[in-house]
Amino acid sequence: MSAQPTIVIVDDHALFRSGVRAEVEGLVDVVGEAGSVEEAVRLIGELKPDVVLLDVHMPGGGGVAVIRQVAKVAPAQSFLALSVSDAAEDVIAVVRAGARGYVTKSISGEELAAAINRVRDGDAVFSPRLAGFVLDAFAGSVPEAEVDPELDQLTMREREVLRLIARGYMYKEVAQSLNISPRTVEAHVSAVLRKLQLSNRHELSRWAAERKLVD
Amino acid sequence: MAERGPWRRDTASGIAGGVIAGIARRADLDPTLLRVVFVVVVVVTGGLALAAYALAWLLMPALDGSRTVLATRIATRHPRRGWRLGAGVGLLTLSALLVFRELGIWWSDALVWPLVLAAAGAALLWSQSRARSQREAAARAEPAPLQPAPPEPQVAGEDRGARFIDLYRGGFGIALVIGAALLFLSQNDALGGARDAAFTAIVAIFALALILAPFIWQLGRNLAGERAERIRSQERADLAAHLHDSVLQTLTLMQKRADDPREVAALARRQERELRSWLAAGSRDASGDGFAAALRSAAEEVEDAHRVKIEVVAVGDCELEERAAAVVGAAREALTNAAKFASEGGPISVYAEVGSERIEAFVRDRGDGFDPDDVPSDRRGVSESIVGRMRRHGGAATISSVTGSGTEVALTIEREAP
Repeated sequence: MSAQPTIVIVDDHALFRSGVRAEVEGLVDVVGEAGSVEEAVRLIGELKPDVVLLDVHMPGGGGVAVIRQVAKVAPAQSFLALSVSDAAEDVIAVVRAGARGYVTKSISGEELAAAINRVRDGDAVFSPRLAGFVLDAFAGSVPEAEVDPELDQLTMREREVLRLIARGYMYKEVAQSLNISPRTVEAHVSAVLRKLQLSNRHELSRWAAERKLVD
Repeated sequence: MAERGPWRRDTASGIAGGVIAGIARRADLDPTLLRVVFVVVVVVTGGLALAAYALAWLLMPALDGSRTVLATRIATRHPRRGWRLGAGVGLLTLSALLVFRELGIWWSDALVWPLVLAAAGAALLWSQSRARSQREAAARAEPAPLQPAPPEPQVAGEDRGARFIDLYRGGFGIALVIGAALLFLSQNDALGGARDAAFTAIVAIFALALILAPFIWQLGRNLAGERAERIRSQERADLAAHLHDSVLQTLTLMQKRADDPREVAALARRQERELRSWLAAGSRDASGDGFAAALRSAAEEVEDAHRVKIEVVAVGDCELEERAAAVVGAAREALTNAAKFASEGGPISVYAEVGSERIEAFVRDRGDGFDPDDVPSDRRGVSESIVGRMRRHGGAATISSVTGSGTEVALTIEREAP
């Protein structure tokens, strides 16, 4: 694997694509840009980038449509969702479709490059707000009969890790604070991501839609 | 003193509906005397005068208002009002006819049902046209709001529903009146010769309806399309007005202040917040006065006052009771403190979690941090005020700082027992 990950930027706003390209220039290798769902699916198939930077809102189904169509031919493709919206329904929808992480467009260039690297390495990227959503969605208790202990509950450790991320801690600060290694933190976050994608707890998508929180 | 103008009910000094008091006032008579006379009349007429009183109560406007009870009843927007009114007028007519019959003023029994039906039908039609003109007047009186109008589709639906009821009710009223006329004619045997002609006419009307139906349907669809288009263009106009008022102005301001990056960032941030809340209006749930909302608005105030960026993540929510308010207050101080001394390192983050037993909030900055033993005295004062405030309300605040990687203020308080 090369030192710099290859990425494709998918966003229907050209201005924004060039903005992201300028921000991550020198940190990652931008191999292509796509402005529509069809173009993105074709380009990703041709270029096979390490990571696809994906806008959530696009005409023609948005980021979720891109993930679904690419997953049919290349199920291993990694996606990192990038959005101006912090609405729970957007976050949950794109993560459940298969994105490895979710960051907002206000993120700095270095942070974005770090997130891309992490996704390339197979880890998950949680913004503080995504961590907050997960804690909220997995809060409280569910009736005994519905509990799939594997998927419907967070372990104490996962909860601690998420709370520190929600508090604005970097992964290495989380590791320091809990006296564990950064790799263990990443393993916990990946486990939470898997639960988020597979759990039906409280029917996550509906929960997110009902929250209707734009902030 | 006698007054000029129409007869009005004097509801203030009246006993029942104020009819007699009103008449007395207008005619300059003693109301008590008039009441005695009324009672005598009631007894003599076997209660008929009571009906007259009721009628007068319906038709005379009150002294303070200009509308009659009847008009108010009709004007009130109530989906079932028209039906009730129709049935009521029908029954009133029936009872009046029975009274006449009892008194011996009578022509023919054949008159009863046609008259009742016709009265009910006419009342329905009348109430319908009144209700519609009221509604249109109301629509004219209220100009379309400039703020986002998410309930628009609902209004359209409601309007369509009201229109349907109007149509239905109108048709029913017409059918009642026509039925009454037919009944009257047939009872008088005036229909015999006309029956064939009527049959011909009905067949012709039916055929005509079949022919015209598609055109009328098309017309209706076009009207609905035009209406939808009008709503859309109204929304576009609202959006344009909003963008012009706020976004363009902010962009202009930002160009003027281009030499001051902090000011530009603050302007952009404030505009972003406004636009987001504008877009979210109507979809945001009504939890506008809880703990989470209070924390957010405190963060926004600090953002505005100190030109910094604050990210708020809140999990759970509760009412803003005394302890929750203490947390918000302490968090605000911590944020102000961070904004003043540690805003260079990156955004300040606030994380709040409302659990079933306690409320926790963390304010973290990415400034230089400090050595707790080596704190400037003004900053120590602020720290004390945070710790002191939490302690007074039975909670705790801890401030941890690492030189070079920022400071975190942790606030904890037990929730009040429910």
